Amino acid sequence: MSEAATAEKAAIHLEKVSKVFGKPGTAAAYRAVDGLDLDVRPGQMLALLGKTGCGKSTIFNMIAGLTEPTSGTVRVEGRDPFADFDSFRGKLAIVFQNDRLLPWRSAIQNVELGLEMLERPAAERRATAQLWLTKLGLGGHEHDYPHALSGGMRQRVSIARAFATNANILLCDEPFSALDESTAGRLRAEFVRLVKENGKTAVFITHSISEALEIGDRIVVLKRPAMIAYDVSFDADTGQAERELIRSRIGEVLAV
Amino acid sequence: MTEDAPQAVPPSQAMWLAGAKRLGSSVLPFVVVILLWQFASLFFPRFLFPSLIDVFWRCLEIFADGSMFADVLATILRILAGLAGAFIVGGVLALLMVRSRAVDNFLSPILSLFQGIPALSWVVFAIIWFHGVEFRIFFIMVMTTLPAFTFQVLGALRAMSRDLMEMVFSFRPTRIKLFRVMIAPAILPDILTAWKVNLGNASRVVVVAELVGATGGVGYQLLQQQQLFDMAGALAWTLQLVFFVLIVQGALTLIENTVFRYRAVSERAI
Repeated sequence: MSEAATAEKAAIHLEKVSKVFGKPGTAAAYRAVDGLDLDVRPGQMLALLGKTGCGKSTIFNMIAGLTEPTSGTVRVEGRDPFADFDSFRGKLAIVFQNDRLLPWRSAIQNVELGLEMLERPAAERRATAQLWLTKLGLGGHEHDYPHALSGGMRQRVSIARAFATNANILLCDEPFSALDESTAGRLRAEFVRLVKENGKTAVFITHSISEALEIGDRIVVLKRPAMIAYDVSFDADTGQAERELIRSRIGEVLAV
Repeated sequence: MTEDAPQAVPPSQAMWLAGAKRLGSSVLPFVVVILLWQFASLFFPRFLFPSLIDVFWRCLEIFADGSMFADVLATILRILAGLAGAFIVGGVLALLMVRSRAVDNFLSPILSLFQGIPALSWVVFAIIWFHGVEFRIFFIMVMTTLPAFTFQVLGALRAMSRDLMEMVFSFRPTRIKLFRVMIAPAILPDILTAWKVNLGNASRVVVVAELVGATGGVGYQLLQQQQLFDMAGALAWTLQLVFFVLIVQGALTLIENTVFRYRAVSERAI
Protein backbone atom coordinates (compact mmCIF):
# COMPACT_ATOMS: atom_id res chain seq x y z
CA MET A 1 0.00 0.00 0.00
CA SER A 2 1.34 3.48 -0.87
CA GLU A 3 2.20 5.97 1.89
CA ALA A 4 -0.57 8.28 0.69
CA ALA A 5 -3.08 5.47 0.95
CA THR A 6 -1.84 4.62 4.46
CA ALA A 7 -2.19 8.25 5.49
CA GLU A 8 -5.72 8.32 4.11
CA LYS A 9 -6.75 5.10 5.82
CA ALA A 10 -5.27 5.98 9.22
CA ALA A 11 -7.27 8.21 11.51
CA ILE A 12 -4.00 9.72 12.68
CA HIS A 13 -0.82 9.59 10.62
CA LEU A 14 2.59 10.87 11.68
CA GLU A 15 5.47 10.56 9.25
CA LYS A 16 9.11 11.45 10.05
CA VAL A 17 7.82 14.03 12.51
CA SER A 18 10.37 16.08 14.43
CA LYS A 19 9.94 18.96 16.80
CA VAL A 20 12.77 21.17 17.93
CA PHE A 21 12.17 23.88 20.53
CA GLY A 22 14.46 26.90 20.31
CA LYS A 23 16.45 27.84 17.22
CA PRO A 24 17.52 24.61 15.40
CA GLY A 25 21.30 24.19 15.25
CA THR A 26 21.99 26.32 18.33
CA ALA A 27 23.06 25.14 21.79
CA ALA A 28 19.67 26.18 23.16
CA ALA A 29 17.78 23.95 20.72
CA TYR A 30 15.96 21.02 22.29
CA ARG A 31 14.80 18.12 20.12
CA ALA A 32 11.61 16.84 21.75
CA VAL A 33 10.53 14.54 18.90
CA ASP A 34 12.87 12.96 16.39
CA GLY A 35 11.66 11.43 13.12
CA LEU A 36 8.58 9.75 14.59
CA ASP A 37 6.41 7.49 12.41
CA LEU A 38 3.05 6.50 13.86
CA ASP A 39 -0.34 5.45 12.48
CA VAL A 40 -3.53 5.08 14.49
CA ARG A 41 -6.35 3.28 12.74
CA PRO A 42 -9.99 4.39 13.10
CA GLY A 43 -11.62 3.07 16.27
CA GLN A 44 -8.31 2.24 17.90
CA MET A 45 -7.53 3.20 21.48
CA LEU A 46 -3.85 3.99 21.58
CA ALA A 47 -2.08 4.47 24.88
CA LEU A 48 1.09 6.54 24.52
CA LEU A 49 3.32 5.60 27.41
CA GLY A 50 6.59 7.11 28.49
CA LYS A 51 8.52 8.78 31.25
CA THR A 52 8.15 12.48 32.00
CA GLY A 53 9.89 14.59 29.37
CA CYS A 54 9.90 11.93 26.64
CA GLY A 55 7.86 14.13 24.28
CA LYS A 56 4.38 12.65 24.83
CA SER A 57 2.74 16.04 25.32
CA THR A 58 4.55 17.49 22.30
CA ILE A 59 3.16 14.71 20.11
CA PHE A 60 -0.25 15.31 21.69
CA ASN A 61 -0.12 19.03 20.92
CA MET A 62 0.96 18.36 17.32
CA ILE A 63 -1.94 15.96 16.78
CA ALA A 64 -4.28 18.51 18.41
CA GLY A 65 -3.00 21.20 16.03
CA LEU A 66 -1.81 23.38 18.91
CA THR A 67 1.91 22.99 17.96
CA GLU A 68 3.48 22.95 14.49
CA PRO A 69 6.03 20.20 13.75
CA THR A 70 9.52 21.43 12.78
CA SER A 71 9.60 18.81 10.02
CA GLY A 72 7.57 15.83 8.86
CA THR A 73 3.88 15.29 8.25
CA VAL A 74 0.99 15.14 10.70
CA ARG A 75 -2.41 14.16 9.31
CA VAL A 76 -5.65 13.67 11.21
CA GLU A 77 -8.39 12.17 9.05
CA GLY A 78 -6.24 13.12 6.05
CA ARG A 79 -5.79 16.79 6.93
CA ASP A 80 -3.11 18.87 8.60
CA PRO A 81 -4.46 19.79 12.08
CA PHE A 82 -2.19 22.85 12.40
CA ALA A 83 -2.60 24.36 8.91
CA ASP A 84 -6.29 23.43 8.57
CA PHE A 85 -6.98 24.36 12.20
CA ASP A 86 -10.57 25.57 11.78
CA SER A 87 -11.63 22.59 9.65
CA PHE A 88 -11.32 20.38 12.75
CA ARG A 89 -14.11 22.22 14.56
CA GLY A 90 -16.22 19.45 16.11
CA LYS A 91 -13.97 16.71 14.70
CA LEU A 92 -11.46 16.50 17.50
CA ALA A 93 -11.98 16.77 21.24
CA ILE A 94 -9.49 16.90 24.08
CA VAL A 95 -9.57 15.83 27.72
CA PHE A 96 -6.73 17.56 29.50
CA GLN A 97 -4.67 16.54 32.52
CA ASN A 98 -6.55 19.01 34.70
CA ASP A 99 -10.22 19.71 34.10
CA ARG A 100 -9.73 23.20 32.61
CA LEU A 101 -13.32 24.20 33.27
CA LEU A 102 -14.18 27.85 32.75
CA PRO A 103 -14.79 29.06 36.32
CA TRP A 104 -17.41 31.60 35.24
CA ARG A 105 -19.59 28.90 33.64
CA SER A 106 -21.76 26.34 35.39
CA ALA A 107 -21.20 22.63 34.74
CA ILE A 108 -23.81 22.50 31.98
CA GLN A 109 -22.53 25.70 30.37
CA ASN A 110 -19.03 24.20 30.32
CA VAL A 111 -20.33 21.08 28.58
CA GLU A 112 -22.13 23.28 26.04
CA LEU A 113 -18.91 25.07 25.09
CA GLY A 114 -17.94 22.89 22.11
CA LEU A 115 -21.52 22.87 20.85
CA GLU A 116 -21.55 26.67 20.91
CA MET A 117 -18.54 26.66 18.60
CA LEU A 118 -20.53 24.40 16.28
CA GLU A 119 -23.41 26.91 16.33
CA ARG A 120 -25.93 24.33 17.51
CA PRO A 121 -29.33 25.75 18.56
CA ALA A 122 -29.61 26.58 22.27
CA ALA A 123 -32.24 23.91 22.99
CA GLU A 124 -30.18 21.20 21.32
CA ARG A 125 -27.05 22.32 23.15
CA ARG A 126 -28.82 22.18 26.49
CA ALA A 127 -30.36 18.75 25.81
CA THR A 128 -27.04 17.23 24.65
CA ALA A 129 -25.13 18.68 27.60
CA GLN A 130 -27.80 17.44 30.01
CA LEU A 131 -27.63 13.96 28.47
CA TRP A 132 -23.85 13.72 28.90
CA LEU A 133 -23.90 15.07 32.42
CA THR A 134 -26.53 12.50 33.34
CA LYS A 135 -24.52 9.71 31.65
CA LEU A 136 -21.54 10.67 33.75
CA GLY A 137 -23.53 10.69 36.97
CA LEU A 138 -23.74 14.46 37.38
CA GLY A 139 -27.51 14.83 37.22
CA GLY A 140 -28.51 17.47 39.76
CA HIS A 141 -25.19 19.33 39.48
CA GLU A 142 -25.89 21.03 36.14
CA HIS A 143 -25.99 24.53 37.58
CA ASP A 144 -23.13 24.16 40.03
CA TYR A 145 -20.06 26.24 39.35
CA PRO A 146 -16.70 24.40 39.14
CA HIS A 147 -15.56 25.60 42.58
CA ALA A 148 -18.54 23.78 44.12
CA LEU A 149 -17.60 20.43 42.53
CA SER A 150 -15.03 17.87 43.69
CA GLY A 151 -11.96 17.08 41.56
CA GLY A 152 -13.55 13.89 40.25
CA MET A 153 -16.80 15.65 39.38
CA ARG A 154 -14.93 18.42 37.57
CA GLN A 155 -13.00 15.89 35.51
CA ARG A 156 -16.29 14.18 34.64
CA VAL A 157 -17.62 17.51 33.40
CA SER A 158 -14.55 17.85 31.21
CA ILE A 159 -15.10 14.33 29.83
CA ALA A 160 -18.76 15.21 29.15
CA ARG A 161 -17.57 18.38 27.38
CA ALA A 162 -15.29 16.30 25.12
CA PHE A 163 -17.96 13.71 24.30
CA ALA A 164 -20.77 16.24 23.77
CA THR A 165 -19.39 17.46 20.44
CA ASN A 166 -19.49 13.87 19.13
CA ALA A 167 -15.98 14.29 17.70
CA ASN A 168 -14.52 11.24 15.95
CA ILE A 169 -11.16 11.65 17.60
CA LEU A 170 -10.50 12.00 21.32
CA LEU A 171 -7.17 13.10 22.67
CA CYS A 172 -6.58 12.56 26.38
CA ASP A 173 -3.56 13.91 28.24
CA GLU A 174 -3.28 11.95 31.51
CA PRO A 175 -6.83 12.95 32.42
CA PHE A 176 -7.01 10.91 35.62
CA SER A 177 -3.52 11.49 36.99
CA ALA A 178 -4.62 14.19 39.45
CA LEU A 179 -7.36 12.02 41.01
CA ASP A 180 -7.21 9.45 43.80
CA GLU A 181 -6.87 5.86 42.59
CA SER A 182 -10.44 4.85 43.43
CA THR A 183 -12.02 7.80 41.57
CA ALA A 184 -9.52 7.43 38.72
CA GLY A 185 -10.33 3.71 38.37
CA ARG A 186 -14.07 4.36 38.22
CA LEU A 187 -13.71 7.16 35.69
CA ARG A 188 -11.28 5.14 33.59
CA ALA A 189 -13.80 2.30 33.31
CA GLU A 190 -16.56 4.77 32.36
CA PHE A 191 -14.28 6.39 29.83
CA VAL A 192 -13.35 3.10 28.11
CA ARG A 193 -17.03 2.11 27.97
CA LEU A 194 -18.04 5.43 26.40
CA VAL A 195 -15.22 5.35 23.84
CA LYS A 196 -16.13 1.81 22.79
CA GLU A 197 -19.88 2.49 22.74
CA ASN A 198 -19.45 5.56 20.58
CA GLY A 199 -16.80 4.09 18.27
CA LYS A 200 -14.23 6.82 18.83
CA THR A 201 -10.56 6.82 17.93
CA ALA A 202 -8.65 7.76 21.06
CA VAL A 203 -5.08 8.66 21.88
CA PHE A 204 -4.48 8.42 25.59
CA ILE A 205 -1.29 9.73 27.14
CA THR A 206 -0.18 8.17 30.38
CA HIS A 207 2.91 7.35 32.40
CA SER A 208 1.23 4.45 34.19
CA ILE A 209 1.70 0.94 32.77
CA SER A 210 -1.44 -0.31 34.54
CA GLU A 211 -3.53 2.52 33.11
CA ALA A 212 -2.17 1.88 29.61
CA LEU A 213 -3.06 -1.81 29.88
CA GLU A 214 -6.53 -0.99 31.17
CA ILE A 215 -7.34 1.66 28.57
CA GLY A 216 -5.58 0.85 25.35
CA ASP A 217 -5.97 -1.85 22.76
CA ARG A 218 -2.54 -0.78 21.62
CA ILE A 219 0.37 0.56 23.66
CA VAL A 220 3.25 2.56 22.22
CA VAL A 221 6.16 3.13 24.57
CA LEU A 222 8.19 6.25 23.84
CA LYS A 223 11.77 7.02 24.72
CA ARG A 224 13.43 10.41 24.65
CA PRO A 225 13.57 12.17 22.19
CA ALA A 226 10.12 10.78 21.35
CA MET A 227 10.81 7.64 19.35
CA ILE A 228 9.01 4.34 19.52
CA ALA A 229 10.77 1.85 21.80
CA TYR A 230 7.97 -0.72 21.94
CA ASP A 231 4.65 -1.11 20.11
CA VAL A 232 2.16 -3.79 21.09
CA SER A 233 -1.50 -4.43 20.25
CA PHE A 234 -3.92 -6.60 22.18
CA ASP A 235 -7.65 -7.00 22.72
CA ALA A 236 -10.26 -8.03 25.27
CA ASP A 237 -9.42 -11.71 24.66
CA THR A 238 -5.79 -11.24 25.63
CA GLY A 239 -5.26 -13.37 28.72
CA GLN A 240 -3.88 -12.29 32.05
CA ALA A 241 -0.60 -14.15 31.55
CA GLU A 242 0.01 -12.42 28.24
CA ARG A 243 -0.87 -9.04 29.77
CA GLU A 244 1.68 -9.69 32.52
CA LEU A 245 4.29 -10.44 29.85
CA ILE A 246 3.46 -7.14 28.13
CA ARG A 247 3.68 -5.36 31.47
CA SER A 248 7.11 -6.80 32.26
CA ARG A 249 8.37 -6.08 28.73
CA ILE A 250 7.23 -2.44 29.04
CA GLY A 251 8.94 -2.24 32.43
CA GLU A 252 12.19 -3.49 30.88
CA VAL A 253 11.95 -0.99 28.00
CA LEU A 254 11.30 1.93 30.35
CA ALA A 255 14.13 0.85 32.67
CA VAL A 256 16.77 1.02 29.90
CA MET B 1 -25.77 20.34 87.52
CA THR B 2 -27.31 21.68 84.34
CA GLU B 3 -25.62 23.99 81.88
CA ASP B 4 -27.49 26.83 80.27
CA ALA B 5 -27.71 26.13 76.52
CA PRO B 6 -27.07 29.22 74.40
CA GLN B 7 -30.34 30.80 73.27
CA ALA B 8 -30.87 30.00 69.58
CA VAL B 9 -31.68 33.07 67.48
CA PRO B 10 -34.49 32.50 64.94
CA PRO B 11 -33.12 32.54 61.34
CA SER B 12 -35.20 35.56 60.25
CA GLN B 13 -34.04 37.56 63.27
CA ALA B 14 -30.41 36.51 62.63
CA MET B 15 -30.68 37.70 59.02
CA TRP B 16 -32.20 41.00 60.16
CA LEU B 17 -29.42 41.46 62.70
CA ALA B 18 -26.73 40.67 60.13
CA GLY B 19 -28.30 43.14 57.68
CA ALA B 20 -28.50 45.85 60.31
CA LYS B 21 -24.87 45.21 61.29
CA ARG B 22 -23.76 45.52 57.65
CA LEU B 23 -25.75 48.74 57.19
CA GLY B 24 -24.45 50.14 60.46
CA SER B 25 -20.82 49.42 59.62
CA SER B 26 -21.15 51.09 56.20
CA VAL B 27 -23.03 54.15 57.52
CA LEU B 28 -21.02 54.67 60.71
CA PRO B 29 -17.94 56.34 59.10
CA PHE B 30 -20.19 58.92 57.36
CA VAL B 31 -22.09 59.61 60.59
CA VAL B 32 -18.81 60.25 62.43
CA VAL B 33 -17.57 62.71 59.76
CA ILE B 34 -20.94 64.53 59.70
CA LEU B 35 -21.01 64.85 63.49
CA LEU B 36 -17.42 66.16 63.61
CA TRP B 37 -18.19 68.77 60.94
CA GLN B 38 -21.40 69.83 62.63
CA PHE B 39 -19.55 70.10 65.94
CA ALA B 40 -16.88 72.29 64.29
CA SER B 41 -19.59 74.52 62.78
CA LEU B 42 -20.64 75.46 66.33
CA PHE B 43 -17.25 77.02 67.09
CA PHE B 44 -15.97 78.35 63.74
CA PRO B 45 -17.27 81.14 61.46
CA ARG B 46 -19.81 80.18 58.78
CA PHE B 47 -17.42 80.81 55.88
CA LEU B 48 -15.03 78.19 57.33
CA PHE B 49 -17.38 75.49 58.64
CA PRO B 50 -20.98 76.15 57.58
CA SER B 51 -23.73 74.12 59.22
CA LEU B 52 -24.48 70.92 57.30
CA ILE B 53 -28.15 71.89 57.41
CA ASP B 54 -27.28 74.88 55.18
CA VAL B 55 -25.26 72.58 52.93
CA PHE B 56 -28.20 70.18 52.73
CA TRP B 57 -30.55 72.98 51.58
CA ARG B 58 -27.97 74.11 49.01
CA CYS B 59 -27.75 70.55 47.70
CA LEU B 60 -31.55 70.42 47.37
CA GLU B 61 -31.45 73.78 45.57
CA ILE B 62 -28.98 72.36 43.02
CA PHE B 63 -31.17 69.30 42.49
CA ALA B 64 -34.32 71.39 42.13
CA ASP B 65 -32.94 74.13 39.89
CA GLY B 66 -32.85 72.95 36.27
CA SER B 67 -29.94 75.12 35.14
CA MET B 68 -27.80 74.20 38.16
CA PHE B 69 -28.54 70.50 37.82
CA ALA B 70 -27.61 70.79 34.14
CA ASP B 71 -24.12 71.76 35.32
CA VAL B 72 -23.94 68.58 37.39
CA LEU B 73 -25.13 66.50 34.43
CA ALA B 74 -22.59 68.19 32.14
CA THR B 75 -19.77 67.20 34.48
CA ILE B 76 -21.06 63.64 34.79
CA LEU B 77 -21.27 63.31 31.02
CA ARG B 78 -17.73 64.68 30.67
CA ILE B 79 -16.43 62.11 33.16
CA LEU B 80 -18.25 59.22 31.48
CA ALA B 81 -17.26 60.31 27.96
CA GLY B 82 -13.63 60.74 28.98
CA LEU B 83 -13.52 57.37 30.72
CA ALA B 84 -15.27 55.63 27.82
CA GLY B 85 -12.85 57.22 25.34
CA ALA B 86 -9.80 56.25 27.41
CA PHE B 87 -11.16 52.73 27.95
CA ILE B 88 -11.78 52.13 24.25
CA VAL B 89 -8.43 53.55 23.13
CA GLY B 90 -6.64 51.85 26.05
CA GLY B 91 -8.33 48.52 25.27
CA VAL B 92 -7.27 48.67 21.62
CA LEU B 93 -3.70 49.66 22.57
CA ALA B 94 -3.54 46.83 25.13
CA LEU B 95 -4.71 44.30 22.52
CA LEU B 96 -2.05 45.53 20.08
CA MET B 97 0.61 45.39 22.80
CA VAL B 98 -0.29 41.87 23.87
CA ARG B 99 -0.19 40.68 20.25
CA SER B 100 3.11 42.28 19.33
CA ARG B 101 6.25 42.68 21.42
CA ALA B 102 7.45 45.44 19.07
CA VAL B 103 4.27 47.48 19.68
CA ASP B 104 4.62 46.83 23.42
CA ASN B 105 8.25 47.98 23.40
CA PHE B 106 7.24 51.11 21.50
CA LEU B 107 4.13 52.09 23.44
CA SER B 108 5.05 51.17 27.03
CA PRO B 109 7.65 53.97 27.49
CA ILE B 110 5.31 56.52 25.88
CA LEU B 111 2.45 55.58 28.21
CA SER B 112 4.79 55.64 31.22
CA LEU B 113 5.87 59.12 30.14
CA PHE B 114 2.22 60.21 29.92
CA GLN B 115 1.64 58.83 33.41
CA GLY B 116 4.28 61.19 34.75
CA ILE B 117 2.64 64.32 33.26
CA PRO B 118 0.46 66.10 35.85
CA ALA B 119 -3.23 66.62 35.04
CA LEU B 120 -2.76 70.39 35.25
CA SER B 121 -0.10 70.24 32.51
CA TRP B 122 -2.59 68.45 30.23
CA VAL B 123 -5.07 71.25 31.02
CA VAL B 124 -2.53 73.86 29.91
CA PHE B 125 -1.61 71.86 26.78
CA ALA B 126 -5.29 71.45 25.88
CA ILE B 127 -5.97 75.18 26.24
CA ILE B 128 -2.98 76.02 24.00
CA TRP B 129 -3.69 73.32 21.39
CA PHE B 130 -7.48 73.28 21.05
CA HIS B 131 -10.34 75.74 20.79
CA GLY B 132 -13.54 73.86 21.70
CA VAL B 133 -14.21 73.64 25.45
CA GLU B 134 -15.78 70.19 25.29
CA PHE B 135 -13.01 68.76 23.16
CA ARG B 136 -10.40 70.23 25.51
CA ILE B 137 -12.01 68.54 28.51
CA PHE B 138 -12.45 65.25 26.63
CA PHE B 139 -8.79 65.36 25.61
CA ILE B 140 -7.66 66.04 29.21
CA MET B 141 -9.83 63.22 30.57
CA VAL B 142 -8.59 60.74 27.99
CA MET B 143 -4.91 61.63 28.37
CA THR B 144 -4.96 61.44 32.17
CA THR B 145 -6.74 58.08 32.39
CA LEU B 146 -5.42 56.39 29.22
CA PRO B 147 -2.15 54.98 30.64
CA ALA B 148 -3.89 53.43 33.65
CA PHE B 149 -6.63 51.84 31.52
CA THR B 150 -4.09 50.52 29.00
CA PHE B 151 -1.80 49.01 31.62
CA GLN B 152 -4.72 47.53 33.54
CA VAL B 153 -6.27 45.89 30.46
CA LEU B 154 -2.81 44.75 29.32
CA GLY B 155 -2.16 43.18 32.72
CA ALA B 156 -5.53 41.42 32.60
CA LEU B 157 -4.87 40.06 29.11
CA ARG B 158 -1.43 38.80 30.14
CA ALA B 159 -2.78 37.19 33.29
CA MET B 160 -5.30 35.06 31.37
CA SER B 161 -4.82 31.35 32.02
CA ARG B 162 -2.83 29.74 29.19
CA ASP B 163 -4.40 26.38 30.06
CA LEU B 164 -7.93 27.72 29.66
CA MET B 165 -6.98 29.52 26.46
CA GLU B 166 -5.58 26.27 24.98
CA MET B 167 -8.72 24.43 26.05
CA VAL B 168 -10.94 26.94 24.27
CA PHE B 169 -8.63 26.90 21.23
CA SER B 170 -9.00 23.11 21.04
CA PHE B 171 -12.65 23.72 20.08
CA ARG B 172 -11.50 25.95 17.20
CA PRO B 173 -13.45 29.10 18.08
CA THR B 174 -13.88 32.03 15.73
CA ARG B 175 -12.24 35.27 16.93
CA ILE B 176 -15.59 36.65 18.06
CA LYS B 177 -16.46 33.49 19.99
CA LEU B 178 -13.00 33.37 21.57
CA PHE B 179 -13.54 36.92 22.77
CA ARG B 180 -17.05 36.20 24.04
CA VAL B 181 -16.47 32.91 25.85
CA MET B 182 -12.90 33.38 27.07
CA ILE B 183 -11.28 36.80 26.82
CA ALA B 184 -14.18 39.03 27.94
CA PRO B 185 -15.15 37.00 31.05
CA ALA B 186 -11.49 36.49 32.00
CA ILE B 187 -10.59 40.18 31.95
CA LEU B 188 -13.92 41.57 33.19
CA PRO B 189 -12.95 41.60 36.92
CA ASP B 190 -9.85 43.69 36.15
CA ILE B 191 -11.83 45.97 33.86
CA LEU B 192 -14.39 46.71 36.57
CA THR B 193 -11.57 47.41 39.04
CA ALA B 194 -9.93 49.71 36.48
CA TRP B 195 -13.23 51.61 36.08
CA LYS B 196 -13.58 51.96 39.84
CA VAL B 197 -10.04 53.31 40.23
CA ASN B 198 -10.20 55.62 37.20
CA LEU B 199 -13.63 56.94 38.16
CA GLY B 200 -12.15 58.51 41.29
CA ASN B 201 -9.21 59.93 39.32
CA ALA B 202 -11.49 61.24 36.58
CA SER B 203 -13.82 63.02 39.01
CA ARG B 204 -10.82 64.91 40.42
CA VAL B 205 -9.35 65.73 37.01
CA VAL B 206 -12.63 66.93 35.49
CA VAL B 207 -12.97 69.57 38.19
CA VAL B 208 -9.48 70.90 37.45
CA ALA B 209 -10.26 70.94 33.71
CA GLU B 210 -13.56 72.78 34.26
CA LEU B 211 -12.02 75.16 36.76
CA VAL B 212 -9.64 76.48 34.14
CA GLY B 213 -11.26 76.04 30.79
CA ALA B 214 -15.05 75.65 31.06
CA THR B 215 -18.08 77.94 31.28
CA GLY B 216 -20.23 75.38 33.05
CA GLY B 217 -20.04 72.25 35.17
CA VAL B 218 -19.16 71.50 38.79
CA GLY B 219 -15.59 72.84 38.41
CA TYR B 220 -16.86 76.13 37.01
CA GLN B 221 -19.41 76.42 39.83
CA LEU B 222 -16.70 75.71 42.42
CA LEU B 223 -14.72 78.63 40.99
CA GLN B 224 -17.79 80.87 41.45
CA GLN B 225 -18.16 79.75 45.09
CA GLN B 226 -14.48 80.44 45.72
CA GLN B 227 -14.90 83.98 44.37
CA LEU B 228 -17.97 84.48 46.60
CA PHE B 229 -16.18 82.90 49.58
CA ASP B 230 -19.22 80.63 49.93
CA MET B 231 -18.12 77.44 51.73
CA ALA B 232 -21.64 76.00 51.92
CA GLY B 233 -21.95 76.33 48.13
CA ALA B 234 -18.48 74.87 47.56
CA LEU B 235 -19.40 71.87 49.73
CA ALA B 236 -22.78 71.41 48.07
CA TRP B 237 -21.21 71.38 44.58
CA THR B 238 -18.45 69.03 45.75
CA LEU B 239 -21.03 66.68 47.22
CA GLN B 240 -22.74 66.41 43.81
CA LEU B 241 -19.60 64.77 42.45
CA VAL B 242 -19.14 62.66 45.56
CA PHE B 243 -22.73 61.37 45.25
CA PHE B 244 -22.13 60.55 41.60
CA VAL B 245 -18.91 58.62 42.36
CA LEU B 246 -20.62 56.74 45.21
CA ILE B 247 -23.63 55.83 43.05
CA VAL B 248 -21.45 54.57 40.17
CA GLN B 249 -19.13 52.70 42.58
CA GLY B 250 -22.22 51.11 44.14
CA ALA B 251 -23.54 50.13 40.71
CA LEU B 252 -20.17 48.59 39.81
CA THR B 253 -20.10 46.66 43.10
CA LEU B 254 -23.62 45.40 42.39
CA ILE B 255 -22.50 44.24 38.94
CA GLU B 256 -19.48 42.51 40.53
CA ASN B 257 -21.64 40.73 43.09
CA THR B 258 -23.99 39.51 40.36
CA VAL B 259 -21.55 38.67 37.59
CA PHE B 260 -18.84 37.15 39.80
CA ARG B 261 -21.07 34.95 41.94
CA TYR B 262 -19.18 31.98 40.46
CA ARG B 263 -16.18 32.82 42.63
CA ALA B 264 -15.42 30.58 45.58
CA VAL B 265 -15.40 32.41 48.90
CA SER B 266 -13.05 31.20 51.60
CA GLU B 267 -14.38 31.21 55.14
CA ARG B 268 -11.03 32.51 56.31
CA ALA B 269 -10.29 36.11 55.35
CA ILE B 270 -6.87 37.19 54.05
